[in-house]
Amino acid sequence: MNLLHRHKGATPYLLLLPGIVWLVLFFVAPLGFLGYQSLQTGTFDTGYTFDWAFSNYWQAIQDYHEQFVRSFVYAGIATVLALLVSYPLVYWIAFRAGRWKNVFLILIVAPLFVTYLVRTLAWLNILADEGPVVGLLRDIHVLGADGRLLATSFAVVAGITYNFLPFMALPLYVSLEQIDERLLEAAEDLYASKRQAFLRVTLPLSAPGIVAGTLLTFIPAAGDFINAQLLGTPKQYMVGNVIQSKFLDVLDYPSAAALSFILMALILVGLIVYARAVGTERLTG
Amino acid sequence: MRWVKRHLLPAYAFLAFCYLLLPIAVVIAFSFNAPSGRFNYVWEGFTFDNWVNWNAPPGIQSAVVKSLEIGMISTIVATVLGTLLALAIVRHQFRGRGATNMLIFLPMSTPEIVLGASLLTLFLNRQIVTGFGTIFIAHVMFIVSYVVVTVKARLIDFDRHLEEAAMDLGANEWVTFRKVTLPLLAPAILSAALLGFALSIDDFVITYFVSGPTQTFPLFVWGAARVSVPPQVNVVASAIFLVAVLVMIGNVLWGLRARRAREAMPAAVPLPKPLTTTEPA
Repeated sequence: MNLLHRHKGATPYLLLLPGIVWLVLFFVAPLGFLGYQSLQTGTFDTGYTFDWAFSNYWQAIQDYHEQFVRSFVYAGIATVLALLVSYPLVYWIAFRAGRWKNVFLILIVAPLFVTYLVRTLAWLNILADEGPVVGLLRDIHVLGADGRLLATSFAVVAGITYNFLPFMALPLYVSLEQIDERLLEAAEDLYASKRQAFLRVTLPLSAPGIVAGTLLTFIPAAGDFINAQLLGTPKQYMVGNVIQSKFLDVLDYPSAAALSFILMALILVGLIVYARAVGTERLTG
Repeated sequence: MRWVKRHLLPAYAFLAFCYLLLPIAVVIAFSFNAPSGRFNYVWEGFTFDNWVNWNAPPGIQSAVVKSLEIGMISTIVATVLGTLLALAIVRHQFRGRGATNMLIFLPMSTPEIVLGASLLTLFLNRQIVTGFGTIFIAHVMFIVSYVVVTVKARLIDFDRHLEEAAMDLGANEWVTFRKVTLPLLAPAILSAALLGFALSIDDFVITYFVSGPTQTFPLFVWGAARVSVPPQVNVVASAIFLVAVLVMIGNVLWGLRARRAREAMPAAVPLPKPLTTTEPA
């Protein structure tokens, strides 16, 4: 007799109750309050009143479209770079590393064990003006005599790429690891060249990993403000920096809330378009 | 040319690993640096002083303790909630399944800054004082989804015959759950808890929004980064890193041992042993 048929009535709801209540109270309700706040007018000192102020959204887009565009461009470049760096690496681990696979896998996630802020600060040491990397680049004239890496878009994108790379690599590894190597042998038996076997068999089969990795990298990257803050200057600020300073320094809550909502809406729209293109099961499955 | 071709991929992998591990090496190396001024950017000399006096910078010790406390209690609560959710989703039919899955998936696909900002508006509007309690609430909220995903994966390939066997042998549902289901799920629950703990002690963005005056270790680092980061920050980060790597290695070894034990058994349910056996011990 199957357990599924035995559990009837209240059991599933009792199991669900505490977790769902927590998520509704502290995930859904806060989003409601964020929406409510985003339509208010007023200042921190005089207090805010709710008056369907959709102009907050219009104003936010007008004032900060530059930071929005920058967020999505930086996040997009970082996602592509993370894919380019991790695909061959993970491919090598999945197919060539043999019994050492698990060790190499630990090395890939190792950066995640160093506190996020501290590993970002490490790039300050590496890219420092008086550091060896800048010195070398100046010597071979890639950089001018007083050229720098810190405080440039390069530093910010490099930081984002580094910080979120494991989120790209892990799902990629999972999908490559599951590939039945006999399929590749079959492709070669049928006279496919190595390149054709890769393009027609391996790459399509690793698509779920690419999809998951892209999302797991792009979403946190688009909302990031730490890399721009620590490795860049206000010229590299992303929308996250604006939201952060409006909420915590300027105390302009309605405008900060509107910006947060726009960011989330843009990401959700992107997610839906992406899900339509690749199929929903791959996303939630 | 063939030599180049054959070694291209391993060489690429090697370079990629260098890129991934270089900052870690820098963090650890600079925990032994003896900076003469306030800035710990340039190598000036080797010392153990930072490790011996790791708690010299005011506030660092209490921040580390806070991070550990919050990590522990929010992990325990989130692991329980998440495991229950996973059990309901994998094992039961109920109305609103799709909505439930969506509710669990959404927090993971919302940027942290939006999660932090929305929680802060909730607390501001309901006049809830931010501090330890609100950090705890926030951490449980964002860890739960990861616990569900981890435990769900294990539950899906769970061999239900073992539970049926227990029930055929007269165990009731609760005994079956406690003696069969829970022990078999334990590795997945433990992995979920470890992941949750790691997420909690590393979280900066959400915590930054809801912390009030309370300071966790990442918040301490952020405050320090505005002026100058003492090398003791590298000491704490290196220590966290070493512990995490050891736990990870332990976890992998445990998994290997469990797999070997399973493979050594002829079937999932051990058959009664014949009296005379020629098998090697």
